[in-house]
Amino acid sequence: MDTKRELLSLLSTDARESTEDIARQLGVDAERVEELLDELEAEGTVRGYQAVVDWDNTDDQHVAAFVELNVELDRETGYEEIAERIARFSEVESLRLVSGDYDFAIEVTGDSMQDVSKFISNQIAPIPEITQTVTHFIMETYKEAGIDFGDRDGDDRLSVSP
Amino acid sequence: MTLQPNDRVAGVPESGIRKFFELAEERDDVISLGVGEPDFSTPWAARSAAIHSLEEGRTSYTSNRGMADLRELISDYSRRWDHDYDPDTEVLVTTGASEAVDLALRTFISPGDTVAVHQPNYISYQPGIEFAGGEPLGVPTRAADDFALTPEALRAAGAKEADLLVLCYPNNPTGAVMDASEVRAVADFCVDNDIDVIADEIYAALTYDGDHTSIASMPGMRERTIVINGFSKAYAMTGLRLGYALGPAAAIKSMNRVHQYTMLSAPTTAQFAAIEALRSCEDAVTEMTAEYNRRRRFVLSRFEEMGLDCFTSRGAFYAFPECGGDDEAFAEELLEDQGVAVVPGSVFGESGEGHLRVSYATGMRELKIAMNRLEDFYRSR
Repeated sequence: MDTKRELLSLLSTDARESTEDIARQLGVDAERVEELLDELEAEGTVRGYQAVVDWDNTDDQHVAAFVELNVELDRETGYEEIAERIARFSEVESLRLVSGDYDFAIEVTGDSMQDVSKFISNQIAPIPEITQTVTHFIMETYKEAGIDFGDRDGDDRLSVSP
Repeated sequence: MTLQPNDRVAGVPESGIRKFFELAEERDDVISLGVGEPDFSTPWAARSAAIHSLEEGRTSYTSNRGMADLRELISDYSRRWDHDYDPDTEVLVTTGASEAVDLALRTFISPGDTVAVHQPNYISYQPGIEFAGGEPLGVPTRAADDFALTPEALRAAGAKEADLLVLCYPNNPTGAVMDASEVRAVADFCVDNDIDVIADEIYAALTYDGDHTSIASMPGMRERTIVINGFSKAYAMTGLRLGYALGPAAAIKSMNRVHQYTMLSAPTTAQFAAIEALRSCEDAVTEMTAEYNRRRRFVLSRFEEMGLDCFTSRGAFYAFPECGGDDEAFAEELLEDQGVAVVPGSVFGESGEGHLRVSYATGMRELKIAMNRLEDFYRSR
């Protein structure tokens, strides 16, 4: 693995490591890490750094839903154009074009179920190209971004072994 | 007096590692860098296959040599190190690599045989040799050689007269590896002096910034080498106890004679896990290896920053820094003052004195804290 690829794999596990600690793990100096980070950001490979939050452990109300969208294309409007319009809403956390029974899979968040439903019916459904929406409210998150929320395993190895 | 152990057993002292285990167990705030096994869980696909086999009631003995599918897969897997062993006659599946080592020692040592073992080394070889009636001959390796075994070291220790050599690279406790030219030199020494080799290559898959070279792939060595490997380290399967031996058909047949009367067959559930591990867990191994490699670089650069001398270990999950002087006192005080457990090098033989075995089979978060504590301790000493 080259250093840049390895930096990516390290960041996707833990993006909060200090530049110095990243440098130590990659066997390069801190300046080199800064350089590579700049490159990755400039070329658009790294789009951001975010925490993986288990909202159930907060007092906040946090509701999320997956929504399936079916669309109808015409000569003037393609997937790109529709996606651009949907992506502009800050309520839309993710937006993907997928294969299968529907076209777009989006994730929407809000403070309540009503909030999310309202957003779908008032903002998304009325878009002329959208022919159908199916909303799935998320009831429980077990794993996100590779992190198992149920994983509370302690280390049960012998503390010292040959 | 009843049930008195025989002289061979009574003559083997308790392992020095035991004391540190007990000290570390006394408190619950210890970060342990003293663990000789992976901190990862067995890849889920392998665990799942084992569970499925239990659900299906597949809990009977297997063939003495291990399940045919597994032997086939092992034979294919080991080609990456230029091995070519016939799955039917040249592969023996064992209860951990430990059983394979014991079988090899008991099969090939005749009473009074001299068995060379480089040091520092894994703690089981010397007792195993003694249990089998052999006479261990310690061959010191040095930090100056990055703890690689050399013909000079063998000669200096009088190993020309040895009947057998136990070779373990990548090495526990040093993390040392040997490159192809170094392995070649030892191979030539063995051929010239008619020495057979038991090559414990349990850490072969954990070789960083380079590839593992097996001594069995050197000219004239296949016929005089038993290669031992297993699933414990690479696939994080220590508790499933599954290993294997590779060697010429006649030698494997002899080892199987001991195995069939003493073990019968390796654990069946573990064999199912191992089949799945070899079929579908290569990516998991690659990921674990990449993670170990990052931790290795981290630990080595932290040692450098704090002024602790350490050669660049390139294998297993151990670093072997030089703490100078009394390594046992150093380790004991480090544990008392800072709650960091390491294993003193002298536990692994005299030539390990003045060193510490630092295992990086521990998550980065703990590793960072432990290195800070070690630095505080080292600077204040």
